Amino acid sequence: MHRIVEIFFSPFHFRQALPDVWAGFEINVRMMVIAEALVLVLALCVAIVRGLPGRAAAPPRALAIVYTDVFRGTPLILVAFLVGFGLPALEIHPVSYLSIVTYGIIALTLVYTAYVAEVYRAGIQSVHPSQRMAARSLGLSYTQAMRFVIVPQAVRRVIPPLLNDFVGLQKDTAIVSVIGITEAAQQAQNYSSSYFNFTAYVVGAVFFIFMTIPLARFTDHLIAKRELRERAQAV
Amino acid sequence: MTNANGHFVSLRSVTKRYGEVVVLDAVDLTVDEHQVVCLIGASGSGKSTLLRCVNLLEHVDDGSITVDGVTITDGECNVNELRRRIGIVFQAYNLFPHMTVLENVTLAPRKVRRLSKHQAESEAHELLAKIGLAEKADEYPDRLSGGQQQRVAIVRALAMSPSLMLLDEVTSALDPQLVSEVLNLVRDLATSGMTMLIATHEMAFAREVADKVCFLDAGVIREEGPPEEIFVSPKQDRTREFLARVIEAGRL
Repeated sequence: MHRIVEIFFSPFHFRQALPDVWAGFEINVRMMVIAEALVLVLALCVAIVRGLPGRAAAPPRALAIVYTDVFRGTPLILVAFLVGFGLPALEIHPVSYLSIVTYGIIALTLVYTAYVAEVYRAGIQSVHPSQRMAARSLGLSYTQAMRFVIVPQAVRRVIPPLLNDFVGLQKDTAIVSVIGITEAAQQAQNYSSSYFNFTAYVVGAVFFIFMTIPLARFTDHLIAKRELRERAQAV
Repeated sequence: MTNANGHFVSLRSVTKRYGEVVVLDAVDLTVDEHQVVCLIGASGSGKSTLLRCVNLLEHVDDGSITVDGVTITDGECNVNELRRRIGIVFQAYNLFPHMTVLENVTLAPRKVRRLSKHQAESEAHELLAKIGLAEKADEYPDRLSGGQQQRVAIVRALAMSPSLMLLDEVTSALDPQLVSEVLNLVRDLATSGMTMLIATHEMAFAREVADKVCFLDAGVIREEGPPEEIFVSPKQDRTREFLARVIEAGRL
């Protein structure tokens, strides 16, 4: 018992590892905030392109399908290697001369945009066709109907599953450290291998947990609110 | 503002198929300006499809439709332009649930007619006041009764100042005690001279407001004429059978 406390929960190592792991965690926070903002917008674009009607829209539609298939199917760690090591090897300005954190953000954005696009798409499809019909019958164009009627309803519906994906994204900021980003997990590993003590990992874990709990509770709150609203409608 | 034949809307042998099923079979129909035409017939007889063909929500397979002198079925018609002049109201109201009543009513005037927010809202308030729903302007649709929602849906269509209204069984989803408030509004519209094409199961109402009644059966107009003729002395057996069943169900 004493050994478990000493190796994983040592107060001494906890205090000593804290500053470095915290400094690393600031990088995680920066990556997650920027990636989430990008994913939110780009995924919606991909979902909309995938839903475009008509033969003229076939090429962009196909492109959106290929994109989601490829990046949903590729492990994040491989995308991180390809972006983090591959792009610099190209030696093309400016994509080959970005900071390592930026490559991490790009890898996260590429993978999570594919996931979240599918979430958006499900949301768009869940809006009853009669809503689009009502909008179009008022003279609104396809784009206007999407913008003012379909997408706002779709986004409202998918916020809980979308936030769930963001919890995944927040944790996966640790995975992209493999390309050499000294974020929290990396700092924890550095500390552990210097002192042969695993408390630093626990410090990192605590940071991540405290980051995701508010998001999880916020998701619960939204789901509860919607249930209440739907039950009120059924009465 | 009518075409050479003097008809505001005219359908010439309009045919619509869903795969093998013929929903409308060479339908001829005319609606004159300020006229109220009611379509009656069993569910599945093609009433709703016919209405949706008139504002091109449904693609017409054969035949032609002209509205206000313009042929709309030649593939060159600007559908958005056409639809802003034709209001349609659906059985299930189809209000936008994420918008307040006021936002529902002002969306198309602002985005399609390009009115200012202020102008659109003052018009909307005026229309809502007319139907007694002024105080509901800031409510969301799910806080309203079915009858109120359907009246808002009618006002939403009227806010585009349409020259033709299509009503698709607008009372079919309503509790019986809410039907009259919607029918009263439709009656007022008829009195004000609005040109209307109405699909309905409310025979007494059709008899009262219609200038012309058309009986649809299996995608064909079996009989048409003034309401007193159709309801009192129908010529066709199918019409008689249909009306007998309606009377049996206590709906006339």
